[in-house]
Amino acid sequence: MSEKTNNIIICRCEEITLGEIREWIAKGYETFDELKRVLRVGMGPCQGRGCREMILREIAAKTGKTVAEVEPGTFRPPAKPVKLAVLAEGGDK
Amino acid sequence: MPWKRTADVVVIGGGVQGCATAYNLAKLGVKDIVVLEKGSICSGSTGRCGAGIRAQWGTEMNCRFGLACVEKFEQLHEELGMDCGLNQSGYLMVAYQESEFEQLKKSMKLQNSLGINTRVVTYAEAREICPGLAADDAVGFTFHDRDGHADPFLTTFAFMEAAKRLGVTFHKFTEVTDVKTIAGKVAGVVTTKGDIDAPVVIDAAGGYSQIVAKMAGVDIPNFSERHEIIITEPVEPGVCPPMLMSFSGNYYIQQRPHGSIIGGCSPEGHPQDYELGNSWDFLEMMSRTFVKLLPRTKGVRVVRQWSGLYNMTPDKQPIICEADNVKGFFLNCGYSGHGFMFGPISGELLAQKIIGKKPWIDIEMLHYSRFERGELLIEPAVV
Repeated sequence: MSEKTNNIIICRCEEITLGEIREWIAKGYETFDELKRVLRVGMGPCQGRGCREMILREIAAKTGKTVAEVEPGTFRPPAKPVKLAVLAEGGDK
Repeated sequence: MPWKRTADVVVIGGGVQGCATAYNLAKLGVKDIVVLEKGSICSGSTGRCGAGIRAQWGTEMNCRFGLACVEKFEQLHEELGMDCGLNQSGYLMVAYQESEFEQLKKSMKLQNSLGINTRVVTYAEAREICPGLAADDAVGFTFHDRDGHADPFLTTFAFMEAAKRLGVTFHKFTEVTDVKTIAGKVAGVVTTKGDIDAPVVIDAAGGYSQIVAKMAGVDIPNFSERHEIIITEPVEPGVCPPMLMSFSGNYYIQQRPHGSIIGGCSPEGHPQDYELGNSWDFLEMMSRTFVKLLPRTKGVRVVRQWSGLYNMTPDKQPIICEADNVKGFFLNCGYSGHGFMFGPISGELLAQKIIGKKPWIDIEMLHYSRFERGELLIEPAVV
């Protein structure tokens, strides 16, 4: 694989490249959640909206599975980032 | 990884305790060690924790343990060959009640006598350590600058990678369903992938330790509580340099080196149902604590909320011992919310005990028989 391809940023929040993702998949970090823990992919403000699909395709390619067979990883609340002051005011009781 | 029907040691649990115990056993020359993890490595309590590391404790044993852990983390990168994300910006303890401040000062005297340089700081000094801190309702503060936090994922992976280099086998997505015993001795484990016969089995199953112990016929009084936590988007460093912690204020808040701020507390009526859900009540309560304590965070966004299990014992101190009624079955559990910080040391001490060496910190009192004897080692300093 060319250096140019390796340097493509896949997770823009944490600035993780395709090369790094492929390197850690090769080391046995073969699920989205494992890559998340070791590289922080999907932990930034976008919560994986930008990178998840691309990473799942990489995992599928390396493990011989179809994308549908690859676990998508955990989705956690809130659905989108919310300011602390807004949350502190609370909801309707 | 091919499946082998026998091993010298089986470790149940791929969190920091399991990985550190396996690594230390391998380092001491034990061959044929297998670590079994029902999910993926660091997917349980370790990977969900608040990541703090401190020597500011209230009992002598915990102070010794805590200081040893701080010193261990300081050289862990070099030993394991992987960065563990250590950040030593201190723990700033905040007391809101006179009695609480007295306890902090009493603990400080004990800490000072053991070589831990904790000191009382004024509100003005506290605001130099943590600019923007709003705690004019506090009555006092203590600070220890070598305390801090590390990355639980990188630390656990570092132990795993180092253990692998020493020949340890890891089977993930492999759940232990039974522990085999013959005539008062452990004989092996039954798992979802097959059986493994082994003369030594270690229960490092975190929130599920009491379930695993029961499989071996060992009764321990541990129970698991759900604790929740939030993390913000990354912001510039310096918003919350130290770990802010208060027992009466019921919070801990710290900023990771990459900029995200993490905060948690002990909710009332800790659910004990092994569920790992998230509650709106916690999110709202924790957000209120953030903006009260650090008013300039009010425009910072929460990106994620999750929960994990504290494996609690009656005195909030761990169990590190061999079972009385099942020889070869060792327990390394019950850390009551501070398993991550103690892992690198407790893994080493248990490994020494297993091979018949004297652990360099005495751990005899951490046998679970203390609960029956009523000799609890109650730790006052836990959130």
